[in-house]
Amino acid sequence: MTNPGPDLKDPAEDRLAARQAPSGIRELTARELARWSWRQLTSMRTALILLLLLALAAVPGSLIPQTNQDSVKTTNWQLAHTTLAPIYNRLGLFDVYGSAWFAAIYILLMISLIGCIVPRLFVYWRGLRAQPPAAPRNLTRMPAATSYTTSESVADVTARARTVLGRKRYRLRRNDPARTGEVAAERGYLREAGNLLFHISVIVVLVGFAVGSLFGYKGGVIVLVGDKYGFSNELTQYDDFDPGSLFRPSMLNQFSLHIHDFEVSWLKSGPRQGMAEGFKSDIRYETSANGPTKDYRLEVNHPLDIGGTEVFLIGHGYAPEITLRDAQGHIVSSGPVVFLPQDQSFLSFGVVKPPSSKVALQGLFYPAEVTLPNGQPANVTGDIGDKSAAVLSFQAFKGDLSKQTGSIYTLDTTGLTKVTAPGGKAFNLHVGQTAKLPDGLGSVTFDDVIHWNKLQISQTPFKHVALGGVVLALLGLLGSLFIRPRRVWVRARETADGTLVEVAVLDRSGNDEVGAVVSGLVAQLQGRTEEDEA
Amino acid sequence: MSQHAWEMLSNRAVATAAVIYFLALLSHLVEWSALIGRRRTAVEERTLVNAGGVPDVPDVPVEAPAAFTPEDEDRAERVALFGRLGYLLTCLAAVAHLTAVVSRGFAAHRVPWGNMYEFTLAGTLIVALAYVLLYARLKLAWMAPAVVFFVLAILMVGVLVLYTPVEPLTEALHSYWLVIHVISAALATGAFTLGGIASLIYLIKRRRPDVTTGWMSRVPALATLDRVAYRIHAFGFVLWTFAVLITGPIWAHQAWGSYWNWDPKEVWAFITWVVYAGYLHARATAGWKGRNAAILALVGLATLWFNFIGINYFSTTSQHSYAGLPAGGASVSTPGGQNQQDSVVPVQPPTV
Repeated sequence: MTNPGPDLKDPAEDRLAARQAPSGIRELTARELARWSWRQLTSMRTALILLLLLALAAVPGSLIPQTNQDSVKTTNWQLAHTTLAPIYNRLGLFDVYGSAWFAAIYILLMISLIGCIVPRLFVYWRGLRAQPPAAPRNLTRMPAATSYTTSESVADVTARARTVLGRKRYRLRRNDPARTGEVAAERGYLREAGNLLFHISVIVVLVGFAVGSLFGYKGGVIVLVGDKYGFSNELTQYDDFDPGSLFRPSMLNQFSLHIHDFEVSWLKSGPRQGMAEGFKSDIRYETSANGPTKDYRLEVNHPLDIGGTEVFLIGHGYAPEITLRDAQGHIVSSGPVVFLPQDQSFLSFGVVKPPSSKVALQGLFYPAEVTLPNGQPANVTGDIGDKSAAVLSFQAFKGDLSKQTGSIYTLDTTGLTKVTAPGGKAFNLHVGQTAKLPDGLGSVTFDDVIHWNKLQISQTPFKHVALGGVVLALLGLLGSLFIRPRRVWVRARETADGTLVEVAVLDRSGNDEVGAVVSGLVAQLQGRTEEDEA
Repeated sequence: MSQHAWEMLSNRAVATAAVIYFLALLSHLVEWSALIGRRRTAVEERTLVNAGGVPDVPDVPVEAPAAFTPEDEDRAERVALFGRLGYLLTCLAAVAHLTAVVSRGFAAHRVPWGNMYEFTLAGTLIVALAYVLLYARLKLAWMAPAVVFFVLAILMVGVLVLYTPVEPLTEALHSYWLVIHVISAALATGAFTLGGIASLIYLIKRRRPDVTTGWMSRVPALATLDRVAYRIHAFGFVLWTFAVLITGPIWAHQAWGSYWNWDPKEVWAFITWVVYAGYLHARATAGWKGRNAAILALVGLATLWFNFIGINYFSTTSQHSYAGLPAGGASVSTPGGQNQQDSVVPVQPPTV
């Protein structure tokens, strides 16, 4: 499991293994079996197959709805595919990235990676301190080699070779009295360092990622805009909460916040006219009960960091203030009700269903209602302006509301009786208006409308470790891909025709243009050009 | 100039670029058709070997030079003329293409890669520019018809299927990471595409490596093809790592509150990364070198383009949905917000 380089898996090792293979057939001992399995697991081919398997295993998660991404969609899918759903469920296909088989692949890959890196670290350490290897006996048999004859002396040629190679930052082999007339040099040691750095960094990233997902959490909460409302960081206050498997509630940071002010700018023209262009909130928060209050301008792409817990503004909507009265005029419920936007024009849907009440409301909120030529109401913009065109359009349901379960944003109408305005229509109210419900059910008042913000609050420990790991991995990658390690040998000896100089280059990356290196080197040795080609 | 005028200029420039690319393609086809049934000349033999930069390692079995005939000379002239013409036309088209992208940016008052159409426009421009600029350095003449065809085809898909009028960005895109993240992703996409073309030609050439006649004779030797493909891929891989594993997570963290969400686009970007990592390893693994590595590179390219266009047809949960199909129109004001709200929004809005 390493980056390119022909010397990744020592071919000598293979040969050795072949030689050591028992000639007769006999059973493997446990020790041999373990050794064999370890060899297989840490072999380059296995790593490659595991890598491809990982890619393949990631595919289903992008095509099948995933529970932790979109639980509603997943449930609907399961209801629609009654045959497949149980099978998929057993295979963990609704939570691919948390499934055992996905984990198995990357854990095997990790082991393979470590099994490859550790021995290579030692090899690299030894290689760093070793001399460049001496010239092989037959230089001209090397794949990239050449020779020429010169009138210069052997000593002059080798001296020049040492200077030329030294200037190119090659590491030179010590002069050996037994090997006069030979120069051996090597360069590109950093390639393997980059390679090792890359692979170690991959492990660092995975550790960072694992810690983040095991000990972190992600939660969502809708907070009404206004100093009266707010949020304090306790488990019970979240609307949805998705903790890592080792997260404990005691890891929650202490703070509380409220949204002092909120501002949306709406697009006034263009194809997206009526949609929100941008929004920002003025947040006030405290980290202890009697600590100072701090201000923060919260925007998309500008999260607030409170001691490692981050608060993100990710959505907004309207909450009409609705007062429900019974027949005697007593208030049954009153206050803002969060309506959820259904489209980009912020046409919103919501319900009022106080358990003690006999009446529930279900309706749409039009921030800026217009009436179409066919008499149907429509909404084209979320820009509420002076609220004069804001309309709350609802139906009432009578019956027992104490058995309502499920989301607070929906109404289960089974067992309830629909109550409509005269003519079977919905009740439509502008701000400040009241509708009297028939059958002595009381009245509904649309008092006002305020904004709400959807905040995402999360804690991701070790995220800087993961980021640092990726940055180091990239550095390593640069080294391992673009540094070209090679060995160069020059041998000069006296012959009848003068001094015969042989030059050979061994490319150790598999991607080098050795021919050009050889010719460049020869040119410099002959003093033809000082051009730095190699 | 008004926004509208810039937009019109951009649209016209795209049309102009497409026409010139088409002419360039025709020119290259004439060039290559002249090669059919011809033996390689000694002069070309030498240049080809040098093209690989390995003068002492003959890539191709050198044939005895065929005798020059007037017909051969005529042919060689025609090949050279139309080759040059094709390259010149490609340069011209790339200028028009660049104009289209730049004026699109002026029309929108922002970087011109805010949606699929614009990304296609910018991505193909990068392929074209990379080819034009590397043409001399990497001696890419053999790639010409494939590159021009690819750029033209994708550009046409962009215009016909993905076109959207200039519109402002959704909130989550208001970030300087849009510049860094998307440029690196687009550059990597361009590099992988060029590398993929080299690998594809490698695979075709591999079936009959010793051909000295016909259009395959124009293509450099297998070893050279493999090395060129590797270099381009290595460059692309570094950029892709930067785009997908560094800038992507940083931006995702800022905009959506979580640096890795297993969003379909992220998953496929990761798959692409893993496949290309596999390619780099395969090139150094016995039994995987050459053919299998080249196939892996093409698989990588397929996942890359599937991620860009295909995944939008399969998945609607992607937070990258602002990059969605114009017809879908299901984009939301804040991707993360919508995603979160999905868990509480009733699926069927009630009739009131």
